[in-house]
Amino acid sequence: MATTGVIMLLFLIVHMAGNLKIFFGPTDFNGYAHWLRTIGEPALHYSWYLWIQRVVLLGCLVAHVVSAIQLTHRDIHARPQRYRSKRPWRATFATNTMRYGGVIIALFVVWHILDLTVGAVNPRGEAGHPYQNVVADFQVWWIGLIYVVAMLALCLHIYHGFWSAAQTLGANNAARNVAFKTIATILALVITVGFLSVPVAVMTGLVS
Amino acid sequence: MNLTLRIWRQPNADAEGQMVTYQVADVSGDMSFLEMLDILNEDLILRGEEPVAFDHDCREGICGSCGMVINGQAHGPERTTACQLHMRHFADGDVIDIEPWRAGAFPVVKDLVVDRSAFDRIIQAGGYITAPTGTAPDAHAVPVPKPDADTAFENATCIGCGACVAACPNGSAMLFTSAKINHLNVLPQGQPERESRVLNMITTMDEAGFGGCTNTGECAAACPKGIPLASIAKMNREFLRATRKAGR
Ligand code: HEM
Ligand code: SF4
Ligand code: FES
Repeated sequence: MATTGVIMLLFLIVHMAGNLKIFFGPTDFNGYAHWLRTIGEPALHYSWYLWIQRVVLLGCLVAHVVSAIQLTHRDIHARPQRYRSKRPWRATFATNTMRYGGVIIALFVVWHILDLTVGAVNPRGEAGHPYQNVVADFQVWWIGLIYVVAMLALCLHIYHGFWSAAQTLGANNAARNVAFKTIATILALVITVGFLSVPVAVMTGLVS
Repeated sequence: MNLTLRIWRQPNADAEGQMVTYQVADVSGDMSFLEMLDILNEDLILRGEEPVAFDHDCREGICGSCGMVINGQAHGPERTTACQLHMRHFADGDVIDIEPWRAGAFPVVKDLVVDRSAFDRIIQAGGYITAPTGTAPDAHAVPVPKPDADTAFENATCIGCGACVAACPNGSAMLFTSAKINHLNVLPQGQPERESRVLNMITTMDEAGFGGCTNTGECAAACPKGIPLASIAKMNREFLRATRKAGR
């Protein structure tokens, strides 16, 4: 879970940064989307890089989710009986909601691909015009809401997930613990704010 | 002070258990939690009822026998063992819930007593060193760097009480197992079994039915000996190292 999570996190950082190009206008953003498909040329053909990335990310997502299901299944069996008295939780909200947040994000990814890659659920859904598609999206309030809820779930998921991966991969120790928690907080906030800036900008009319 | 206790009563491993309410009167703040239970048990015996079964031995916080969940917290509200928990941390009129450790790998034997032999199996799988027989070696024969000695001692304080498993929402034994592995793996005496120790102990831990770690941190917060969460990261590092070496 840690390895696949870190790979997906790297993608998210690049994806978030790329999305910010929307603030430079339709020509820049659509040009950027076109360029994405030319990565690796002439060694790779048009769109090949994108397909390689899709295969890698899909592999990571499937492995991540399958491990999560196996782990949850095992953990439920390891604690068959509950305590009668209420336990005062010491873990953070983010830690306790990893499973629910993960489900929200997984559903979001399906929606998101049908929306901005396939175009099937996009109000406009015109291939080659991602700028116009994004703007059309967030002019509908409930589509904006889907994105906002998913990004908040993502924020919590990264906050616990990044530090947890450092534990699992054995990279953490007593001296580095504060550093890893700080990086996790910064990553979660930067990624969330960066992603959220796009729907918020469209909804407030800054990008149109 | 006068207290109301709600205690898990279960006559044997196969029986259905339930919470039963008892009153104890005239509890002094200087009593330990176990002494308070002794008072209740004397009372129950006089009334011809079955006393509450609970594990205990040293009563000084070093043997790790006295596991019980008090008001939802392993070993109760203070960071110590139940035998070292004093009644002054409670107030007159309090209602106190007492339950056994809950984990699939720790089945209830009777009342508050659980079978913790899964821990013994983990120790048998690698919690030892190979030492030559003969006369005792010179104390200075094997130098140990100070930071390593500190790490070893910190992990060696684990008393195997099982509070980490009881507190973990996943019933995971990672904190206990990591303490036992790190204790020996950092010392020169532990080197011959460094890889087999971590591989065998983790395999045995998994086979015993303990859950997987999701880094909730509940274990370290409940541990009466303050074994840190970093011990788990260190064990994971040892595990990755051992699997790499085993692959070669
Ligand atoms: C407000 C937030 C987001 C916006 C505005 C956004 C926008 C976009 C756009 C416009 C594309 C299409 C790019 C193109 O075809 O050239 C895209 C693709 C993609 N997005 Fe997002 N995205 C957001 C958040 C996320 C999040 C949080 C994830 C993952 C958890 C994600 C995962 C993906 C993936 C996997 C693709 C690529 C699909 C493919 O291979 O074509 N996105 N996004
Ligand atoms: S790690 Fe702490 S809580 Fe777990 S068995 Fe050892 S002393 Fe008890
Ligand atoms: S009875 Fe030994 S630790 Fe409590």
